[in-house]
Amino acid sequence: MSANISNPIIRARGLSKQYGNTKALDAVDFDIESGRIVGLIGPNGAGKTTALKAILGLTDFEGELSVLGFDPRSQRTQLMEQVCFIADVAVLPRWIRVREAIEFVAGVHPRFSPAKCQAFLAHTKITPGMKVRELSKGMIVQLHLALVMAIDAKLLVLDEPTLGLDILYRKSFYENLLSDYFDENKTIIVTTHQVEEVENILTDLMFINGGKIVVAATMEEVGERYIEVMVNPDNAAAARALKPLNERQIFGKSIFLFDGADRARLAELGELHKASVADLFVATMKGTYA
Amino acid sequence: MNTFPLLLKREYWEHRGGFVWTPFWITTAFLIITVLVIISAEVFRAQAGIHVAGFSLDDLRGSISATDIAQAGNGLDMSQLVFAGMTSVGLFFVTFFYLLGALYDDRRDRSVLFWKSLPVSDTATVASKALTAMLVMPVIALALSTVAYLAFLIVICLWAGVHGLNAFPVVFAAHPIGMFLRLAATLPIGALWALPTIGWLLFWSAYARSKPFLWAVLLPVVALIANWWIGLLGGPHMSGDVHLASILGRLLFSIIPGSWLSMSTGGDGPNVWFKPDAGHVIGSLDPSHLYAVLATSNLWIGVIASLVLLAGAIWFRRRRIETSV
Repeated sequence: MSANISNPIIRARGLSKQYGNTKALDAVDFDIESGRIVGLIGPNGAGKTTALKAILGLTDFEGELSVLGFDPRSQRTQLMEQVCFIADVAVLPRWIRVREAIEFVAGVHPRFSPAKCQAFLAHTKITPGMKVRELSKGMIVQLHLALVMAIDAKLLVLDEPTLGLDILYRKSFYENLLSDYFDENKTIIVTTHQVEEVENILTDLMFINGGKIVVAATMEEVGERYIEVMVNPDNAAAARALKPLNERQIFGKSIFLFDGADRARLAELGELHKASVADLFVATMKGTYA
Repeated sequence: MNTFPLLLKREYWEHRGGFVWTPFWITTAFLIITVLVIISAEVFRAQAGIHVAGFSLDDLRGSISATDIAQAGNGLDMSQLVFAGMTSVGLFFVTFFYLLGALYDDRRDRSVLFWKSLPVSDTATVASKALTAMLVMPVIALALSTVAYLAFLIVICLWAGVHGLNAFPVVFAAHPIGMFLRLAATLPIGALWALPTIGWLLFWSAYARSKPFLWAVLLPVVALIANWWIGLLGGPHMSGDVHLASILGRLLFSIIPGSWLSMSTGGDGPNVWFKPDAGHVIGSLDPSHLYAVLATSNLWIGVIASLVLLAGAIWFRRRRIETSV
């Protein structure tokens, strides 16, 4: 996620948005490259949704933002031919029937394939005559995902797509997305609180807090930069001297999280572990709600 | 890619109950009442003087003159008008609440986020809802009332037949097709006339963060009272409450089908387009004078005002997604 990608599909410079006195986005710069799966992660009220709304042309903003070469404010209709989004769980209209939803999207979207959509639905219990209000929350998400995956879009934006679903639906949601949809010509941006579930599918990570991007890195960079060390009490003071990002206790040992520390030196103190995104998140966002 | 027809279809899917079943049940109820009246007439053996929508068995009795048949035919034309009128009453309420919810309900249940994820412009969305109220709903209502009227004719013919009478001369003296065409010819005028109300309701539907009804209805009432009160105190106000009232009436009630027939004309001089004649119903609907309403400034000022309101509705549709409930 370096700031000098030659041909990013999203390019933001000084992106700002203010609600009253709160800065939801504070002069944010970022680039997103094609063929990536970017996790946009932050605590409640961090500015995630505002950033997504700006990308989708659902809100006004200050600064510069280009999505697939379009200005989301003025070229929204063209942009939506290339961009899909699932904003929140269960926003499909409750009165619509499955077959009506398919007919409608097929009629208004030039890149939608009804056959593909029906093929995805064939793996579910959803039938064409059902109304959305008769479906469970998990089935509504399945239907929405089937509609979206049948669109050959360049960018897919997912805002908390699995909130409130049980683990079976959540797992299959991301599995379908990876196996049946994602390829190098597509880009996915996903926000979620269930970091553990997306951690293994992400290629890039973006932490956002207080309207600013606090971490932006590829997963490889994250793996190189951040490391956890499990330290016995006798070495704890030495570890603390190396200025860890975070410290937590488990089974009488201390686990320290380091950013860019010398691995050889850390290995002397204890066992090294790959830092999980969730631990990194907790360490980075420390004090957010305090 | 046929975005616009599908947008109209979408409105039909969502509001089938209001668009189809409301006029259906209104006319069906009327047909049932007709049959009940006929049955009770039979039971009490008091056929004489029983009128069903201005039509009585006596019209068919004995030595009937050509004038009598013509009058009975006119009575049938009146029945056809009554059928159209009844669905129109339902149509007013359905259209009113349809428009108030058209750009609000999907924001309240957040399904707007689904609609906005598709490549459909806000202008097309608002236009599809306006066109639905202008033409789609009135056309469906007229079609259903015509079908119900045909069923009514069959009931009348059967009833007469049971008594060994032939009702066909009377049916032929009526003008079912001519009446239908003339009623259909009023729809384009009605669509233009209704535009200010359509624009007004869609505007508040797109604007309101909650309770669009209060904005759309209470605001005019408050304006009316404020104007009257300021006038009472001798302050600057619109001279003559009638003027303001007629403007507000245009904003709220122009979707009443046929309201343009008799509405006050303001500065446009006498009403030359509507010549009601109970003795010659089909003549009252002669397009050659009905279309004179297109020459009134009242109609066109309304159309221009509606364009401003619709532009406002599109503007808010683009920017306002959240509601406060």
